[in-house]
Amino acid sequence: MTLPPNDEPAIRVRDLARRFGGFIAVRGISFEVARGEVFGFLGANGAGKTTAIKMLTGLLLPTSGEARVAGYDVYRETESIRRHIGYMSQRFSLYEDLTVRENIELYGGIYGLSDERIAKRSTELIARLGLHDVRDTLVGSIPLGWKQKLAFSVAVIHDPAIVFLDEPTSGVDPITRRQFWEMIYTAASKGTTVFVTTHYMDEAEYCDRVSIMVEGTIAALGTPNDLKSRYGAATIEDVFVRLARPAA
Amino acid sequence: MRTLRFLLRKEYRQIARDRMMLAQILVLPVIQLLLLANAATFEVTRARLYAVDLDHTVTSRALIDRLVSSGRFARAGSSGSMALADAAMLDRRADVIARIPRDFERDLLRVDAAPVQLILDAKDGAAAAVTRSYASTIITGYAAELGAARPGRQAFALGAPAPAAPRVEVRSRAWYNPGLDYQDYMVPGILVELITIAGTLLTAVNITREKEIGTLDQLNVTPVTRAQFIAGKLIPLWSIALVEFGVGLAVAAVVFHVPMRGSVALVVGVAAIYLVAALGIGLWVSTIAGTQQQAMFITFFLMLIYLLMSGLFTPLRSMPDWAQWIAHLNPVMYFVRIMRDVLMKGAGPSDIAPDVGILALYGALVFTLAVRQYAKRSA
Amino acid sequence: MRRAPGSAARGPLVAFMVKEVQHILRDRQTLTILILMPLLQVVLFGYALRTDIQDIRVAVVDPTPDYATLALRNRLGATDRFRLVQVLPDASRLETLFRRNEADVGVEVAPRFGTRLARGEPADIQIVADASDPNGGTTMAAYVNAVIDDFAGQMGASGGAVHIALDTRMRFNPTLASVNLFVPGLIALVITLVSALMTAISLSREKERGTLESLLVSPLRPWQIIVGKVLPYLGLGLTIVLLVLAAAWGVFRVPFRGSLALLLGEALLYTLVSLALGVLIAARTSTQRSAMLAALVGTMMPSALLSGMIFPIASMPAWLRPVTYIVPARWFIIIARGVMLEGVGLVNLWIETGVLVLMTLVLLVAAVRSFDARLA
Repeated sequence: MTLPPNDEPAIRVRDLARRFGGFIAVRGISFEVARGEVFGFLGANGAGKTTAIKMLTGLLLPTSGEARVAGYDVYRETESIRRHIGYMSQRFSLYEDLTVRENIELYGGIYGLSDERIAKRSTELIARLGLHDVRDTLVGSIPLGWKQKLAFSVAVIHDPAIVFLDEPTSGVDPITRRQFWEMIYTAASKGTTVFVTTHYMDEAEYCDRVSIMVEGTIAALGTPNDLKSRYGAATIEDVFVRLARPAA
Repeated sequence: MRTLRFLLRKEYRQIARDRMMLAQILVLPVIQLLLLANAATFEVTRARLYAVDLDHTVTSRALIDRLVSSGRFARAGSSGSMALADAAMLDRRADVIARIPRDFERDLLRVDAAPVQLILDAKDGAAAAVTRSYASTIITGYAAELGAARPGRQAFALGAPAPAAPRVEVRSRAWYNPGLDYQDYMVPGILVELITIAGTLLTAVNITREKEIGTLDQLNVTPVTRAQFIAGKLIPLWSIALVEFGVGLAVAAVVFHVPMRGSVALVVGVAAIYLVAALGIGLWVSTIAGTQQQAMFITFFLMLIYLLMSGLFTPLRSMPDWAQWIAHLNPVMYFVRIMRDVLMKGAGPSDIAPDVGILALYGALVFTLAVRQYAKRSA
Repeated sequence: MRRAPGSAARGPLVAFMVKEVQHILRDRQTLTILILMPLLQVVLFGYALRTDIQDIRVAVVDPTPDYATLALRNRLGATDRFRLVQVLPDASRLETLFRRNEADVGVEVAPRFGTRLARGEPADIQIVADASDPNGGTTMAAYVNAVIDDFAGQMGASGGAVHIALDTRMRFNPTLASVNLFVPGLIALVITLVSALMTAISLSREKERGTLESLLVSPLRPWQIIVGKVLPYLGLGLTIVLLVLAAAWGVFRVPFRGSLALLLGEALLYTLVSLALGVLIAARTSTQRSAMLAALVGTMMPSALLSGMIFPIASMPAWLRPVTYIVPARWFIIIARGVMLEGVGLVNLWIETGVLVLMTLVLLVAAVRSFDARLA
């Protein structure tokens, strides 16, 4: 599924805010994500990343501001948005009591793939992920790293225009993390826009552009090199620490 | 429709895989039915009777014999001392004390009337009331016979054909349950409660569980619509609850010999309608509960209303008006009544039509409410 | 130094208990339900649930109305408890009335009733009760029977029968209020709910989430974890018990004839049994769901059904009665009823108390053992 051919960016956000009672989780953020971009969405825990991602995927209603995802409005056109996006949440959220193949089949079916497509994609995916031996094993009993790779593959099973990844690599080993990023690049090379949150600062270097959220606002936005030179830092981690400190 | 097919397949797979759930669905209700039908009984058993006979005449002894030979009373002791009788009751050896005063027989002969005192341990008020009505019926019958057979009256009439005394002869018949079998009455109602609680709890816990582990969010970002999601959840649970109901009916027939005077197909059909309401309530619980634990406690709370305000154990029309109002908002009440009417009294479709109509309306209402409340995103 | 060396562990234990109390207070929904549920039950049992039948719908089958049958109809209609719903010419429609739940008792008067009475012939009346509910049916028939009996006497048609006046006394509970009987049982149920069910769930949740492991590697000793877990629920349980007692006494004047201190002491004992059961269940199950199910089947169901709380044990079949002996609630309910309704003291209740003490010891040892074995 690709975006309609016009020059609207994949994601456009203006003054988006969300308040929970007296607590303001996101205070008026604005940014754009170009098509095909790998966009890193960084921030400390509790900075408002997950709230922002939930508003963009239509799980949470914004309090104010504007946002268009894949050209659709997050207030009124969430159903259209859902057809064009994939989502992998912070918590592992495939069904642990279904097998690898059954999970692929379920989401393929939900996204309206034909039976042949589902069969083809699932053979393909299982081969690519090296899950052949466990394809009929319950997902609950395979290692976390495999699960995460599977979850990502399922999130992009319908070739969405945009995929949202919320801390996809937390808790997995460095080798799996590297493989995971290879998968992200593969998806991006096919034209999928990737919106990824992470708190591993080394992963930020893999992104085309990154934004850094501090206390509900975007404190910095640019390419990794941009940011490093702007703040005179050797790594994104240093940039992050410098931005987060005054707040802490 | 295609999406629904995938959702259904997923749901049935998960259910089939979950041993706990299967046990919960298929074995537990049968055990509960067996246990409840035997334990949840207000059947009034033989009351233990302590006789304090101060009269010591043929008439007074015959009265005690009458009570005991009815099968409703068992002899727990007798003496001429109220103190001993009281002690027996305090030690829980006697439930009833019958005190026949001195001159009982003489008064009956002289003034046609004499008192008998009955003292019941009324800690269990319901049972005491039933025991009292047994005693009252037996003693009234005895008095009638005494009058008819009394030699004094007949002696007048010696020699001449006596003008017969006008006499009303009263006979009692217990319809639909001549053996006064308490289980026949309770088992159909208990079965309704069981599938209601199981259906509500299963639905509520099943959906809150997906909420808790995060798979619900995953589904919510897909194009799956509310109607598809809800149908995907409810159809499997509905079919399971219906199977459960069928199993329960079989147990009721085979184990408890509950009479099936009406049409079994009719009650199964009503169950199919009724379950929409019961599961709809579970769905509604899942929209207000955040965790499985909360879902369970809310269901517990509802269970109270389900059980106590359904006329299952206590007669509905004995309740004050406000309580009857609540009972009329309780879908369980209607189905319990329908089950009893159809199975015990052989009521047909036209007899139960009003109740079935209310149930259908109820299902539609609860369902619409729950679907509207269920949001794919939080506000 | 204010603190003695031996009490160094008091710090973490208190901190742990504070956390547990916060847990309880934070889940408002569950807390509300825990408090409201028993109070609602007191209200329902006090106001709503009556076993006494007040409104009996009578249909009279009167094929040949005459002075005598009219008098009978008036008599039935004038009785408070009865409502004359229909007068039918023959018995064929009676069945429909019963099937549609429109009548409870039918009174079938024989044809030419008045004529027969006048001639001194026996005149039949048949009482037909809808006895699908055997208790209700019996009671309703007895009420109607008594009224007709009275009627016959007034008509001078008692056939010369004598009158035995039945004078009944309902001892211990003259108003036949079910709330009196029920409150002691409710106390048992509340304690079971809070102590056994909540403890089992909360402990197994910590197990499931892995937080129990971090507690075990902390300076807390296993017994301290159990105590810290259990004490807040014990407090919650006893608070609700006092609330129920206050509501029962304040609103419904449920008698309290014995010693409150004795009752609370016994309640504490019963709480210990329940807590031990809860810990045992949590130690032996692996997930929240299975703990929930085990607690429901293992504690709640027997406490509600096999304890005599609502359903008299004497009414149960012989094979089921012995099972009730192993249900702790059964013993506690006998104690609570004794103290509250009969005002008896420990002298009359030492057997029941002894059984509870024994159960507590056995279950506590089993609980602590399996807790250690599973987690060590």
